[in-house]
Amino acid sequence: MKADESLDCVGLYCPMPIVKTAEKMKQLKAGQVLEVVADDKGIIKDIPAWCRATGNEFLGAEQKDGEIKVYVKKSRE
Amino acid sequence: MAEKEKLTMVMFSGDLDRALAAFILATTAASMGMEVTIFFTFWGLNIIKKNEGNLKSQGWMRKMLNVMNRGGAKRAKLSKLNMLGLGTGMMKKMMRETNLPSLDEFITMANQMGVKLIACTTTCGVMGLSEDSFRSEVESLAGAAYFLGEASQSKITLFI
Repeated sequence: MKADESLDCVGLYCPMPIVKTAEKMKQLKAGQVLEVVADDKGIIKDIPAWCRATGNEFLGAEQKDGEIKVYVKKSRE
Repeated sequence: MAEKEKLTMVMFSGDLDRALAAFILATTAASMGMEVTIFFTFWGLNIIKKNEGNLKSQGWMRKMLNVMNRGGAKRAKLSKLNMLGLGTGMMKKMMRETNLPSLDEFITMANQMGVKLIACTTTCGVMGLSEDSFRSEVESLAGAAYFLGEASQSKITLFI
């Protein structure tokens, strides 16, 4: 999946990937996609929940060799 | 979106493990756009005391209490397996190795994210603590009515 920005959260555990995602999303424009790279499985459940709470769009997750990539689209400024 | 959702917590315990749980929830909730208030009372006040410690207070009992119960996030201990500080030390080391912020860093981070830290005035009065016993991140002292006012408007309330 194509993303406008990428955020490296490898080696980080809850709550840091969420805290960093929220911080990073502030820099994106509406419609842009953020890719979050992590290795803590919690992120697969956490990011969709974060998206529901903040009104952003969860586009999906990809898993490969223990590395997880999740994609979030910013809904509005 | 509708009005902001709120999370209001009572931090009653001064244990490191419980405080970490509270601050993990607080920072996550703030990241989710929620308004977060933590109301510190009784042993929980130790978490937000200055690390340098303020031993000034009136009367020998309060002085003794503040010496024996010095407080400060850096001094918080595990509720289990403390083993005279050995267990707590090992837990802190493991936290560092897994890139988790320390409790001290969590407090600063939560504050920067807009989490409100409130100290209970009644227990402060009883224990001889004043506003300058606490670290700068603490917003103010307030009573039970303030907590209940916040809690009644909160979707989530927790007592930790």
